[in-house]
Amino acid sequence: MDTVVLENISKSYIKDAPPALENVSFSVKKGELFGLIGPDGAGKSTIFRILTTLLLSDAGKATVAGYDVVKDFHQIRSCVGYMPGRFSLYQDLTVEENLNFFATLFGTTITENYALIKDIYEQIAPFKNRRAGKLSGGMKQKLALSCALVHRPEVLFLDEPTTGVDAVSRQEFWDMLKRLKNEGITIVVSTPYMDEASLCERIALIQTGHILSIDTPDNIVAAYPGKLYALRSPKVHLLLPDTRSYEGIRQCYAAGEKLHVAFKEDGKDHPAQLLTYLKSKGHQTVAIQEIRPDIEDCFIEKLSNPK
Amino acid sequence: MKQFMVFVRKEFYHVFRDRRTLLILFGLPIMQILLFGYALTTEIKNAEIIIVDHAGDAASQQLTTMIAASKYFDINRSTASDEDIYKAFKQGKVKCAVVFPTGFGNDLLNGQVAQLQVVADASDPNTARTLTNYITAIVADYQQQVNPTANIPMRIEPVTRMLYNPELNGSMNFVPGVMALVLMIICTTLTSVSIVREKEMGTMEILLVSPFKPVYVVLAKAVPYLALAMVDFIIILILSVLALEMPVRGNLALLFFESTLFIISCLSLGLLISSVTRSQQTAMMVSMMGMMLPTILFTGFIFPLENMPLPLQLISNLLPSRWFYVIVKAVMLKGLGIGVVWKETLILAGMTLVLLTISIKSFKTRLS
Repeated sequence: MDTVVLENISKSYIKDAPPALENVSFSVKKGELFGLIGPDGAGKSTIFRILTTLLLSDAGKATVAGYDVVKDFHQIRSCVGYMPGRFSLYQDLTVEENLNFFATLFGTTITENYALIKDIYEQIAPFKNRRAGKLSGGMKQKLALSCALVHRPEVLFLDEPTTGVDAVSRQEFWDMLKRLKNEGITIVVSTPYMDEASLCERIALIQTGHILSIDTPDNIVAAYPGKLYALRSPKVHLLLPDTRSYEGIRQCYAAGEKLHVAFKEDGKDHPAQLLTYLKSKGHQTVAIQEIRPDIEDCFIEKLSNPK
Repeated sequence: MKQFMVFVRKEFYHVFRDRRTLLILFGLPIMQILLFGYALTTEIKNAEIIIVDHAGDAASQQLTTMIAASKYFDINRSTASDEDIYKAFKQGKVKCAVVFPTGFGNDLLNGQVAQLQVVADASDPNTARTLTNYITAIVADYQQQVNPTANIPMRIEPVTRMLYNPELNGSMNFVPGVMALVLMIICTTLTSVSIVREKEMGTMEILLVSPFKPVYVVLAKAVPYLALAMVDFIIILILSVLALEMPVRGNLALLFFESTLFIISCLSLGLLISSVTRSQQTAMMVSMMGMMLPTILFTGFIFPLENMPLPLQLISNLLPSRWFYVIVKAVMLKGLGIGVVWKETLILAGMTLVLLTISIKSFKTRLS
């Protein structure tokens, strides 16, 4: 049986408003690093709160580590680790006091599972007498992760652990998650950053309470319909409306300094025709090149063409 | 149990690392007691008085000395003229004037009726009445001294005795009330704010997703504040004995027991507030404003409950502080035992039990 199972979970906070989650189903295998990928307000935190027994769903069933989230919430609460989206430790307690407190609360000690948190905790150990509120963003996340891990949970729920953390710390954080996965801990992590999706084993793309697709990042990319091209030009901002007015365009959107373009059907001469068309519109120096789509491209594709 | 202790220790860290909490916890009771004990009192002390002495004889001077010796009066001038009286009143400096007519002493000694005039500023009727009463009492006292054996036929001499508080010390009334007020505010405010803070900071989410039972969260929150409120109670007690010269006539253990009961009822109220509010500010407002005003109005230490219309009296019965006030007055000032206050104690205990049950029941084991 899978470690985390959701079956047709629905939840709405306000009556008559669009639901936060609608018929969400997915499952996470034991020892898997599973990512929930979606923008703010997609419903990621709601999923976490239902799985950690903090919220009751309106409909559907869910189990964590074989326990029902409604009936067996006591068992779930002692075998999972949870790191909420906001930094949620005691700001007026020191690093060490925080860790000690949570260790004792979970009926364990820091030394008992020190091997598990050693890599993480050693990085913040020099500041162990500093108040948690005075730590930098990356340090706070490391402390929060240590606290969520100190009782060696079976399942680890991390709600946007890398939001508001610098690029280096984000990379370190994902490296740590991989190590934890190797320890056999099942990890469910959410992120609004599409570039982090490829670091997960399997991902669920989620938007406005609906799952768009669930698969490995590679499969999701491979399932991208047709080819994707990148357009470059010194005047990208002027290029966008003109490209969109070309008839054969299926998708066209800005991605960094480029435009990503996909055509309705992959006729061979589309790229060349587009260039001619753009020249007639006054864009002389446009370069077009086929590229490999990434998760973000897949996400946008799914958003406009949900199956 | 170990979890519980760690939780309690964490609460103490929170308290001792937050200056605002410390100020409320220890500043508030000291300030309130001193304020109510010294500054805010209905007693009149050291009222300025002028004496117009047309007699200038032994009797008038003896009486003047007695007035001067009383703690209620400060003699502004003892050799004023009639015109001075009105000038002084207009300036608002003096509250009262005493005029001895010529031949005051002679009239007195010759068995005639000796008169003296008392003038008071009645723009404040209560003060005027109180001051003239004080003068009358001093005069009667003097009369008794000069002529202890005067045998006036058919005389009624009321002998008053002020029980429990012979000096009519106003703080006697206030201290038990302030005790109720301070404990009420501290317990409800601090507990409700400390729980709501966990919600606001998001730490409640982690606490709930842990093997630590939600009921223990409530209890572990209550225990430190119970201990701190007891410390406050002791501070108030020491202050009122040392600074305000209050007696503690009853059984100290009984007093502590009753206070613990009252503190627990206030803590439960704080827990209740915390489960219906979402932000620290609302919790603070509800417990400070929502609790302070009813406590001041309906406890009976400022406005006597007996004079209130029946509906208000009924409302006052719902307040734990009203019963605690009665108990403290009885035990601390009158030295009475549980045999007398068992009814109030029972009511207080019942309220505590109901509040505690409701507050534990209403504590949410999930979010919202």
